[in-house]
This record gives sequence, C-alpha cells and structure tokens, in this order.
Amino acid sequence: MKKFLSIALALVLMAGVFAACGDKPESGGTTDPTPPASSSAAGDTIKIAIIGCHTGEYAQYGLGVKNGATLYIDQLNASGGINGKQVEIVAYDNKADNQEAINAFNRAVDQDGITALIGDVLTGNTIAVGGEAYKINMPMITASATAEAVTYDAETDTVYANIFRTCFIDPFQGEKMANYASEKLGAKTAAIIYETGNDYSVGVKDAFIATCSALGIEIVSEEGYATGDVDFKSQLTTIASKNPDVVFCPNYYEDDGLIVTQAREVGVDAVFMGADGMSGVSGYASAADAEGTLYCSGYAPGSTDAVKAFEAAYTEKYSAETLNMFAATAYDAAMVLCNALQVAEEAGLTAGTDEYKQAVIDAIRDKSGELECITSNGYTFDAHNNPVKDACIMKVVEGTETFVENY
Amino acid sequence: MSLVISQLINGLQSGSIYALVALGYSMVYGIIMLLNFAHGDIIMVGAYAAWFVMVRLSLNPVLAIILAILACTVLGVVIEKVAYTPLRSSPRLSLLITAIGISFLLENLAQRVFGAGAQKVPALISGPAIEIGGQRFSFIAMVTIVVSVVSMALLTFLVRKTKMGKAMRAVSEDMGTAQLMGINVNLTISFTFAVGSALAGIGSILYSCAYPQASPTMGAMLGLKAFVAAVLGGIGSIPGAMLGGFCIGLAEAIVSAVGLSVWKDGVVFAILIVVLVVKPTGILGRAIREKV
Repeated sequence: MKKFLSIALALVLMAGVFAACGDKPESGGTTDPTPPASSSAAGDTIKIAIIGCHTGEYAQYGLGVKNGATLYIDQLNASGGINGKQVEIVAYDNKADNQEAINAFNRAVDQDGITALIGDVLTGNTIAVGGEAYKINMPMITASATAEAVTYDAETDTVYANIFRTCFIDPFQGEKMANYASEKLGAKTAAIIYETGNDYSVGVKDAFIATCSALGIEIVSEEGYATGDVDFKSQLTTIASKNPDVVFCPNYYEDDGLIVTQAREVGVDAVFMGADGMSGVSGYASAADAEGTLYCSGYAPGSTDAVKAFEAAYTEKYSAETLNMFAATAYDAAMVLCNALQVAEEAGLTAGTDEYKQAVIDAIRDKSGELECITSNGYTFDAHNNPVKDACIMKVVEGTETFVENY
Repeated sequence: MSLVISQLINGLQSGSIYALVALGYSMVYGIIMLLNFAHGDIIMVGAYAAWFVMVRLSLNPVLAIILAILACTVLGVVIEKVAYTPLRSSPRLSLLITAIGISFLLENLAQRVFGAGAQKVPALISGPAIEIGGQRFSFIAMVTIVVSVVSMALLTFLVRKTKMGKAMRAVSEDMGTAQLMGINVNLTISFTFAVGSALAGIGSILYSCAYPQASPTMGAMLGLKAFVAAVLGGIGSIPGAMLGGFCIGLAEAIVSAVGLSVWKDGVVFAILIVVLVVKPTGILGRAIREKV
C-alpha cells in the first residue's frame, strides 16, 4: 500500500513537472516577431501591439484579428511604411483571460514601448485592457468587441476617448435597417416581432423603434415571443390585420425562418427585415416565403472587389479557417490606425509623448472618413466613439442570400 | 370579427396537435397508470424520421409520412418492451423515473446523431389557402383539425366497439382479473402503446407541417403541454384528452392575441395548477376508488 502511494505521489509530481514544462513557453505571452533589441519607440520603427486570444476556445476570432491586421501592416511596410519608418508588430496572446490581457498590455507599454494598440478581441478582455489604456491615454482600436461598455461607461457617463472600434455595435443595426426601410423601400409603417428574453433582439429592436420615430415610420404593432416558442401565428395574425409595409424581426435565423413561413400562411405579405442574426434564414424557410427578405451584416464574403482582393491575399498567407468578419474589420482597424500614426508622424511629434498619443487619437476620430477600407467607405465615429459605417445589405433571392450593396 | 376567427383557428390548430399527443398520454395512463414522459420525444423522433426520409433518402412525402408514423409506432412498442415491461410489478415511481430517463436518452441521442441545431423539414403537405366569405383559412390548419378529429373518432370506435378495445378496457379496469378471463395482457398493453405512439406519429407529421423544424428538444415542451391537456380533460378519458387539447390551444392563442404572448407557457402551467387544486380528476375524468 505504501509503495503504491509513493508511486502515485511520484507520478503526480512528474505530471506537475511536465505540466509546468508545457506552460512555460506560453506563460510569458508569445512575442511573434521577437524584437532584437527593445529600445524605445522613438527609433526608426513604429511599434504597435496586437493583443488577443490566439489560443483556446475563441482563437478563431483572435487569430482572425491578428492575421487581418498583420496583413495590412505587412502590405504597408512593403510599400515603404509610414514616412519611411517600418511598423513593427508585437503580438501577445492573452488566452482569453483578463489578467493575462492586462499583463500583456503593461508589458507592451513598459518593455516594448508601443505607440498604439490593436485589440483586444473579446469584449471582457477589451474592457479590462481599456481600463488600463484609458489611464495613460493610449490609442486603442478593437476590431471585434461589440459591447457598448467598451467605449462608454453609462454609469458615470464617461466616453473613453482613446478607444475606438471598427465593428458595429448591435443596436446600430436597428438604426441601419430603419434608415434602409425608409430611404430604399419607402416604408411608412412597420411591425416588429422579437424575442423578449434576448438582449440582442431587444437592443436592436429599441434602436429600430427610436430611428423609426425620428424618420416618421409608424410602428403599427410590436409583438414579443418567449425563448423556445415555435408558434407565432397568433402574433402574426395581429400583424397581418395591421397590414404593415415591413416586418422587422431582429432574432436568430431558426426563429426567423419559422416566423416568415407562418407569416405567409396567415397572410402577411410585407417585406421581412432583420439584423445579422438572420444570416442563414434561407435554410429554414422556403424560397417563395423568404423571397425579398433583407438583413444587414458586418461582412459579406466576396461582396466587393476590395473584399475579394483582401480575401485572396489573406488565404494566400494564412488559412481560410480564420478568415472571418473580424479579420476584415481588423484589416480596417490597422488601416485606420496607421493613417492616424502617419498624421502624428507628419506633425513631427515624438513617439511616446502625450502630444503624440493625443494626435493619433484625434486623427483616428477625425481623419478616417476618406479611407478606402474594405468593410466601409471610411469611418466616422459618433459621440460614444462607435463607428458610423456601412453595413452589407443581404437579400434572399430565389432561396440564396445575396449581397445587394454596402449601405 | 375575421381577426377573432383567425385567432380561433390558430388555437384549434395547435390544440389539435396537443390533443393527439394527449390521447397517447391518456391511453397509457389508463392502462398501466404510467405518466409516459417519453411520449413527447416520440414526436421528435417522428419529425426526424420524416426529415430523414425526405432529405437524406430523397423519397416522396407520402412515403415520409408513412415511415414516420411507422417509426413512432415501433419505437413506442420497443420502449414499452425494453423499459417498462420489466418494471411492471415495481412501484409506480420507478416506472415514472424510467420514463423520464427514456425521455433524456432520446433527446440526447438525437443531439448526438443529428446535432444540436434544428433541421428544416421540407413541406410534407401543401395546398392553397381556402377563402370562405373573405375569411382566409390556412390549408394546413384545416388538415390538422380534420385529421385529429377523425383520429379521435376512430380511436373511440376502436375502444368502444372492437374486441381489442374491450380487452383494453378490461385490462385498464383490473389487470389481474382480465388475465384470469383469458385476456393476453402483454399483447393488450403493447397494442395500447402502439396506438398511442401512432397517434404521436400523426401528431409529429402535423407538427412538422405547421412548424417545419426538427430539433432534439422539440418534444419536451410539447409533451408537457399535452400532459397538461390530458390532465385538464381528465386523464384516462379519450374525449377528455381531445377537449383538454383544444382548451390549451385556444388559451394560448387568446393569451398571445391580447399581447401577452410571453406569458403563454405560464398560463398553460397555471391551468395545470388550478385543475389539480380545484378538480384533480379533470373536466371529463371520473374519480377512481383506490382498491384496498
């Protein structure tokens, strides 16, 4: 028995040693292109950090962001960099952990001497890093964190002026679709059916209603349903009796498929509209029922020539596996950031100084409108630093979801 | 007015499906005093069977309907033989727990085999909407209501007028005595499960027509609501199950129509509580004396 115990203990110890070994190379955060000498940023390179989850469950997002941004910066460096200076990337894996993310950020600031940050990737990590970056007014742009709290603290009514993003936040889609319904479809009346227990649905719906009332679209009916419901006929019968021009359903595609099918059954002939959760709806409703259904999306593969060129360059260099929406918004984020860095460089400021950081922040906010980005024709930012950008309008045509336009 | 009629039709349509499922609950309860909580999941299997036959095997809808009903029937009998027969003399609680176990088994098996997401079931029955005096009646709604009423009529005939029906009634009254009278109890119970599951199969077809998606957990809520319908109508009573189903369907439609759709499920289960407190035997149920 004693022998058994000692062997077991020895095994446990061994396992511990091996586990520690396995951890070691990663625990320091991976620095991809190991900088040969980390002097200050004032040398002949401009250092920016890319922090995100490059391993683990959400690695798809983190790697998409890292690759997308790196792709742009490599292209920029190949064509001469910023005013002759090369842009150097220091990449850190935060393993989707808040503490790791903060450590990585501090190391990037203190040891690497970065001038700006692309990241973080996940919303929670981004809020954690944002708290640190705000203290030192470090320019920061995320390509993927969609929560409102990333750039704005509603409790204290504080806008984090140094933090930007190139992905749109959920409620923005409600505004977009209301504008689209008014401008492109000439809608005068709208009905809504939404999932009441879903923050996403409620947020998009509220934004849609607010924009509708500003545009003079009358909401004739607002119907809710509970999570897991499959029968929407009663609500849709009510909607049918009001005969609206459009029916807005900011829900997920499986529900939307059922809604569209049942709506046609009870005699709703309005155009159906939704947000990016609707992507995939064509698989859950017949082609005839779903015909003409519209939704918006942050990214549509192969939508424009610029997107096609990006996709070709990306797949040539990296795997198509991580080619997602955030790879595209990260490419844009890098473009927006590098443009702002150029403005600061041209002003002759010294990297790392407060004036330099402020110049970069001002330039991101004010000088990004003319850039030819791939997911939007330029970026402008609202009072909460959320981008006012294009969305891809998708339409169901004969059973396939096709890209219509950037709106 | 036409809005009221439309909402009533909506209620009757979902009520018909609840009624068909409730019939299965009632019959099984009537004969072996078991609340067969796996009954709702038989619907799920039926929907997947229809989907499998049409999408994976690319066969025609008629064949899909027949095979789906057959699959449900066979599954019902197999569950009875494998899970319930060995426990027939055990306490009723063991049977109930086994039924819940079978329910989870089927749900998780479906998740393993077909994935957690929903599969779209292609149209099994389709036809033009019927217009009478400016009132629009959906074809599927009409088919659903008619099929379920006809099914109930046939079932009543089966139970009241045929020899097998007589055996079912006898077994339900007193299993031991029925056996002494020369009735094959095992066969009768299996037959009851087969009929109940076939009705669930019909229910699954009608359900897939109305809500054309098959998902692993689709049967759970449907089964629970049908159970409420069975209790409301009087568990063990065939017309009661039908009546209960229609009542639950109409109650849901009314609740949704007045804008309280989020409370739909809450109202259904509130009905269950009220029935159990006020009239536990249900509308058409009769009080059974405990045999001493």
